[in-house]
Amino acid sequence: METPAIELRNITKRFGSIVANKDINLVVNKGEILSLLGENGSGKTTLMNMISGIYYPDAGQIFIDGKEVVIKSPKDAFEHKIGMIHQHFKLVDIFSATENIVLGLKEDKFNIKESAEQIKKISEQYGFEIDPTRKIYDMSVSEKQTVEIIKVLYRGADILILDEPTAVLTPQETEKLFNILRRMRDDGKSIIIITHKLHEVLALSDKVAVLRKGEYIGTVNTAETNEAELTEMMVGKKISLNIDRSDPVNPQERLLVKNLNCTNIEGIKVLNGVTFTANSGEILGIAGIAGSGQKELLEAIAGLQKLDSGEIIYNNPNTNSTDNLRDKTPTQIRDLGVRLSFVPEDRLGMGLVGNMDIVDNMMLRSYKKGHSLFLERKNPKSLAEKVINELEVATPSAATPVRRLSGGNVQKVLVGREIAASPTVLMAAYPVRGLDINSSYLIYNLLNEQKEKGVAVIFVGEDLDVLIELCDKIVVMSSGSVSGIVDARTTTKEEIGLMMTKKAEGGSDNE
Amino acid sequence: MSNSQAKVREPLFHIAKRSKDALPSWKAWLIRGLAILFSLLVCSVIIVLLTDQNPLDVFGALIKGSFGSKRKFWNLLQSLAMLLCISLAVTPAFKMKFWNLGAEGQVLIGALCSMVLMFEVGDRIPNILLIAAMLVASLVGGVIWGLIPAVFKAKWNTNESLFTLMMNYIAIQLVSFAIMVWVPSGSSVMGLVNSSTRAGWIPELFGQKYLVNILIVAVLTVCMFIYLKYSKHGYEISVVGESENTAKYIGINVKKVIIRTMILSGALCGLAGFLLVAGTNHTISKDLAGGNGFTAIMVSWLAKFNPIVMVVTSFLIAFLQRGAGEIATNFNLNTSIADILTGIIIFFIIGSEFFLNYQIKTTKSKKEDKKQ
Repeated sequence: METPAIELRNITKRFGSIVANKDINLVVNKGEILSLLGENGSGKTTLMNMISGIYYPDAGQIFIDGKEVVIKSPKDAFEHKIGMIHQHFKLVDIFSATENIVLGLKEDKFNIKESAEQIKKISEQYGFEIDPTRKIYDMSVSEKQTVEIIKVLYRGADILILDEPTAVLTPQETEKLFNILRRMRDDGKSIIIITHKLHEVLALSDKVAVLRKGEYIGTVNTAETNEAELTEMMVGKKISLNIDRSDPVNPQERLLVKNLNCTNIEGIKVLNGVTFTANSGEILGIAGIAGSGQKELLEAIAGLQKLDSGEIIYNNPNTNSTDNLRDKTPTQIRDLGVRLSFVPEDRLGMGLVGNMDIVDNMMLRSYKKGHSLFLERKNPKSLAEKVINELEVATPSAATPVRRLSGGNVQKVLVGREIAASPTVLMAAYPVRGLDINSSYLIYNLLNEQKEKGVAVIFVGEDLDVLIELCDKIVVMSSGSVSGIVDARTTTKEEIGLMMTKKAEGGSDNE
Repeated sequence: MSNSQAKVREPLFHIAKRSKDALPSWKAWLIRGLAILFSLLVCSVIIVLLTDQNPLDVFGALIKGSFGSKRKFWNLLQSLAMLLCISLAVTPAFKMKFWNLGAEGQVLIGALCSMVLMFEVGDRIPNILLIAAMLVASLVGGVIWGLIPAVFKAKWNTNESLFTLMMNYIAIQLVSFAIMVWVPSGSSVMGLVNSSTRAGWIPELFGQKYLVNILIVAVLTVCMFIYLKYSKHGYEISVVGESENTAKYIGINVKKVIIRTMILSGALCGLAGFLLVAGTNHTISKDLAGGNGFTAIMVSWLAKFNPIVMVVTSFLIAFLQRGAGEIATNFNLNTSIADILTGIIIFFIIGSEFFLNYQIKTTKSKKEDKKQ
């Protein structure tokens, strides 16, 4: 039997009382791509951080080429030819690609030209497209990732670890990356890729290792498995992938968005003539590659984004009055009697306050009520307890700061609060991003419940399968424009995918 | 397995974050106590090496500085009260992440406003009226000094640290200028003002000169605690400080909160200036605040912005300052040695916070873990 490139035996890591990794075993051979699969919080990144020297295991052994090693620091990892590409890039913006790549190397003298030559050689060998002299701030996310990958290759890494590399990429960029990874594999490198996208796992890897709640479930050969089996390994029980979708009851025009235009600080047009209507009792999906104007659109409706032109008309079902929400502050919108709830993309940076406990976060929306100078914590407290019970938030108590909760539980707190305001319009931006399957379904069900109550739900999503199964209507955005509005019951992924990229090409011509 | 383990070099120790519930409070206090003990040991070594004095005598003097006599004890309480007052003033701003480094200047301006009335109006109006007018003037002065950087921050997003810092120098120069006008001899030292009539002096209470000051600050401490924890304003300050985006998202007018909070912060600094002039010194100099505008920042941070805990932290600092002065006079030493000692003690106390949040796991203890 050949000696594995890297082998982990009984690796255990605790953070306080939480066991993040428990007796994990893992084997990766040379010339092999291993997918590390698991829900959020299953301990994938923790495990990889121990290989790359960021954490130190509490117990267990690591073998490289059959020899036991101790990895105390990233420097040790690098000496053992291990390189990790993190989810958040660690690059110096004002440096060029080459400068970033050689940064931190202990050479007596840097020869940027020679380094650039070598970078070109590496690029040609594996099929990267990169200009070594370009500055990082000029680069797209995908190019920055390329720099990170070349950085570890330049240091001679034989074992590459990629932490959710496709989360920030478009489908085309993902395909390109996969081709590069395949070439590396053929070159004899060992690659570990962390992901929770099943179709990518199946498309790319040779073997799949599954973690669940910090425990090692098993490793299977990709060729001998399928999505259903992997899902079962991941979540422990079979979950129906069907989302229940009821037909809209008595839909009425609730929110009319007319010809919105918006320019950001850098002078780039981020919204370009966006027009659509959100009906009550319907879920309106918004699809598009990240950064196509979804954030600005929702923030404009919520009163957080200044517009160049356009109208946001709200038909109030309680008073039958019609209001234009454009250029109104969130407080003014609330004072008009518009019950608008908004689950923003940045949960801890915008929707919640991380250092405050659940009770104090519950009253963010309602603390102003009444004329008293002092806060009233009784109702928020009972609301917090209600949300914790009904949405099964895993927390020691309602007095726990939300930053100490896991991603899914943070989202439950946020969505719970927004729904408790009994909204007539509910906007949710990527509400299941980073959530495990169980939490995701809980969120889908909550959105469906709201829809059945007659709320106009606006759902910004990235997973096309979910959009197609959950929504009634889908608005497709591309480079700040609406490139199409389709019926979710009849459309196909291909149709939406085409619209997502259609206008983007036209847009780049204008630059 | 033990064989292979012997071959690899394992790190001697590594640092791990403590889980919150793992550290009982008695242990936390034990760590703090040990930190003080260690700091005293290091101090002893320094004392022996540098001064040839008996460390125990020196520590005795440290304690005597605050508790040696009734008068010294009241002086301690007075210093504590003034430091606490300024700390309470900067706390709301700091909680809002508005880095107000201008407390020194705000106190001075407050003091100057009081002194102008005390010096110029003096005996011409009833004392109670004079003191009331001085109070109002000090508050207004402090507010103006706090408001200017706040408005610039809110309107044009200027850097408040630099702005408030520079306002200090303006205040210092204004005080110097006033002294130059008031003291005809050209001396930079102003004597006691109205020492015969005691006009504008806060009266003694139960024969204690500083009791009024101390009581005012005590009430203020409780009020600030309630304001920050239970009022809507306090809640808004926390939200703005934690995340400006969240504040905007829920419709808090961030500019309004910044300006309102700095008005409060400035007013309390002005109050401190008033208490220093009317209740303590009855004179003015550019060193009136004595660096307390900056020390207050440490008091506030050490207490994690909790006004009640700030009583403890300001006691600690005031106690060390008093003791340091005592050491310097008793042993005929330069004040620097006293400052070195207080520096060492504070260093250890702040350093102990690290051990409260992190634990050091040795390789040995890890193996014990495995056996269990």
